[in-house]
Amino acid sequence: MRFSPHTEDDVREMLDALGLSSLDDLYAQVPAEVQLERPLDVPPGRSELELVEDLKRLAARNRHADELVCFAGGGAYDHYVPAVVWAMAGRSELQTSYTPYQPELSQGVLQALFEYQSMICDLTGLEVSNASLYDGATALVEAVNMARAATGRDRVLIAGRIDPRYVEALETYGKGLGFMPEPVEIGAKGTKLEDAACVIVQYPDGHGVLGDARSAFAAARKAGARAIEIFDPLSLGVLASPGELGADIAVAEGQVLGNHLNYGGPYLGIIAARTQDIRRMPGRIAGETSDVDGNPGYVLTLQTREQHIRREKATSNICTNQTLMAIAASVYLAWLGPQGLVELGEACAAKARYAAERLVEAGARLAHPDEPFFKEFAITFDRPAEQVRDTLIEVGYLVGPVVDGALLVACTERRTREDIDGLAEALGEVLA
Amino acid sequence: MSDHTGAPVRVGDPEGPRTLKDLSRAGRRASSLPALDVEAAEIPEKHRRAERPWLPEVAERDLVSHYTRLAQRNYGVDTGFYPLGSCSMKYNPKVADVAASMPGFARLHPHQPDSSAQGALELLWRLEKALCELTGMARATFQPAAGASGELTGLLLMRAFHERQGDVRRRVVIPDSAHGTNPASVRLAGYEVAEVPSDARGLVDLSALEKLVDEDVAGLMITNPNTLGLFEEDILEIARIMHDVGALLYYDGANLNAIVGRVRPGDMGFDIVHMNTHKTFATPHGGGGPGAGPVAVKGRLAPFLPKPVVQRSDDGRFYLDDDRPHSIGRIHGFNGNFGVLVRAYAYVFGHGGDGLREVGERAVLNANYLASRVKERFPLAYPGSPMHEFVSTARPLKKHGVRAMDVAKRLIDLGYYPSTVYFPLIVEEALMVEPTETESRETLDAFGAALLSVADEAATEEGQSRLHEAPLTAPVRRLDEAKAARQPKVRW
Repeated sequence: MRFSPHTEDDVREMLDALGLSSLDDLYAQVPAEVQLERPLDVPPGRSELELVEDLKRLAARNRHADELVCFAGGGAYDHYVPAVVWAMAGRSELQTSYTPYQPELSQGVLQALFEYQSMICDLTGLEVSNASLYDGATALVEAVNMARAATGRDRVLIAGRIDPRYVEALETYGKGLGFMPEPVEIGAKGTKLEDAACVIVQYPDGHGVLGDARSAFAAARKAGARAIEIFDPLSLGVLASPGELGADIAVAEGQVLGNHLNYGGPYLGIIAARTQDIRRMPGRIAGETSDVDGNPGYVLTLQTREQHIRREKATSNICTNQTLMAIAASVYLAWLGPQGLVELGEACAAKARYAAERLVEAGARLAHPDEPFFKEFAITFDRPAEQVRDTLIEVGYLVGPVVDGALLVACTERRTREDIDGLAEALGEVLA
Repeated sequence: MSDHTGAPVRVGDPEGPRTLKDLSRAGRRASSLPALDVEAAEIPEKHRRAERPWLPEVAERDLVSHYTRLAQRNYGVDTGFYPLGSCSMKYNPKVADVAASMPGFARLHPHQPDSSAQGALELLWRLEKALCELTGMARATFQPAAGASGELTGLLLMRAFHERQGDVRRRVVIPDSAHGTNPASVRLAGYEVAEVPSDARGLVDLSALEKLVDEDVAGLMITNPNTLGLFEEDILEIARIMHDVGALLYYDGANLNAIVGRVRPGDMGFDIVHMNTHKTFATPHGGGGPGAGPVAVKGRLAPFLPKPVVQRSDDGRFYLDDDRPHSIGRIHGFNGNFGVLVRAYAYVFGHGGDGLREVGERAVLNANYLASRVKERFPLAYPGSPMHEFVSTARPLKKHGVRAMDVAKRLIDLGYYPSTVYFPLIVEEALMVEPTETESRETLDAFGAALLSVADEAATEEGQSRLHEAPLTAPVRRLDEAKAARQPKVRW
């Protein structure tokens, strides 16, 4: 790969200008004991053509979602990404820019983030959003930190079933921060919320079920704890919003908003809250202001929360976030529009309902037969769910993950009746 | 971008900047979805949204001109020289984008069984081997989504290591020149910050370090070259001081680019390393992310790495190993920013061992060359030879009422993205310049001449007013940040 532009003459003349005789002289202050005396054991460089061939060979050994029919879920979903999203978010002035610390040359990114924040507020029914976090799981960790700071309390309670990856992330970060997430049964005898920093509910939950988030949030808020919801952004055309359910802080995995599956990243951590917590928000926030001529413009604002100003007293250590994914999410949401959001939610719900019926006919059992769901549901069999999943992928159907022994199946707007009938037929054969 | 009066030109933008909300018209839309091919499902009343959310209603054509305009109001590496010190804004090779968008990578679901993702796992496996070789480490994790996440991961590894030995330690040492994420990460990992001062050389003050360090110290976090762009010559002595009390050495990879192929953190005594893929491996920074912050460690820390890790079985198959009893756990929802790692792979294996070494050398050459062009008017903050970046001071201009910020804003009018200013915090009127290896000598000469012309301007009254008014040619002029913070307007 050719990378730096220097000719041999350039190198020699620049060294001459510095009064040096060789490139080694540039490292004269580096003690000889730590200098590497051998070439790196990394294969020799390749031409772009050879590199692309190598990457193509690796890519060809992945059975991806264009090759399989994708009913997989568990936090990442095969929604359609319209052409306009990455045609715009991929614009190189956006993609190759740094964090917008010099606002005069960063108005594009800053305005795009301001619009992203606005749309997240509209979507969630909450009042303030930041400019993005790493992903859904780390957004939950940040929400818990906000709740702990806001309440001065340490207990972190989880009501109902949440994605196990979120629990694992909480446990990891809790090791440094000094908390351990605990399950709680809202309304059960002996349940005490008075010393809780927060109550976390995933809605739809870790098995896709629509539980009673409203009551859990009401109980949490009554006890002075923050109500934290993990939501699905693409459910919000049809399902009650975090604001309507009474959440104080809402977090989500934003991959579904115009971002590709990417084997788990880069994704988008969404966080929104009520104004009461604005100064406890982690990470960057874009704000509107005006320039010296009175023209409108955008800057990063409320920076006294952040690590580059407050150092160890910052609300979070986050610096680089997922700005480009947030921009893609904005293009996607504006592409969808309010009516598109409703239609998309209705399509997912209808297809999931149809799929559940067909899979039950094929011999699956619904893990939660009496509970409503949105686009994802859990099924069990007379044999291990992992075995069913591994057999289905052999015949071209990607399902899962398996959570608590149940197989998750998700339907996006991409899945057709024919896809679903095909999955049911394949399942029938597996179970026969 | 401007006409001679300095007012932003509005070609294609006659009405001036608008938001998506301004463009929205009821009933307009860009999306179309397939007709529903199954029966509609009823959502139970109590779960239904009461009020349809407001979102912009625009045609695709509106969207495209809107975001094209936003892009035009933004400056990226592709636009031009980006000498932002400490940020390593090097050119991002396009082949890496092509690689990341191959359907075999971009359309791969994170919950796929390992048997159906062998290419992705092999890519991570090879990249891990290469990064361990570059850093002199044994194993690595790819979960951290950015440098700061890598820092926290490294500190949690440090904590797990000490705790495993029944050792409770409370403090982590960082230099006073450190990036703000270091102290913030230290606190998130449950440690207290102990700050070690820099000495007259701009290096860690060894005697102060010795006084600070005891068996309550879990470790030291530093960059080398350090945040002043100088190589910590006493690194082996620093490592001895830390290891003598059982503390660990953490290498913040912010400045790794300068020494790739020449010096390995592992050979300097470091136990834990994080890398910033955008700085060292030219992955695009995305206007603030996504990044990726892989963390590599010495063998004795490998059992604690986040799980899962990529393993290769005896028959050559790759798998994600969750059976890691001493692991600190999960630091990311899935496998980290895989799409960014594909780009890093393209960079590392495109360059190869020799190419990577050459990159570092040219980064150092460029920084030294540019420093030599400007240091008479913008003196270096410390006497040592810089590595991949240099810290100058605009202090000589202060007598003319000109500040480092004015210099930065004037550079905008001269066609450049400004260098970093007021960082590191310990340098008065700091101008931190990092040209990177991807810039030609002509670019460096022109930028050096521009900086010198600013120093000339600062000496004249007319020039001073230009400096104070700058920028005049950017899409906006200086913005009122105080107002933005006092009356936050963070949504429409």
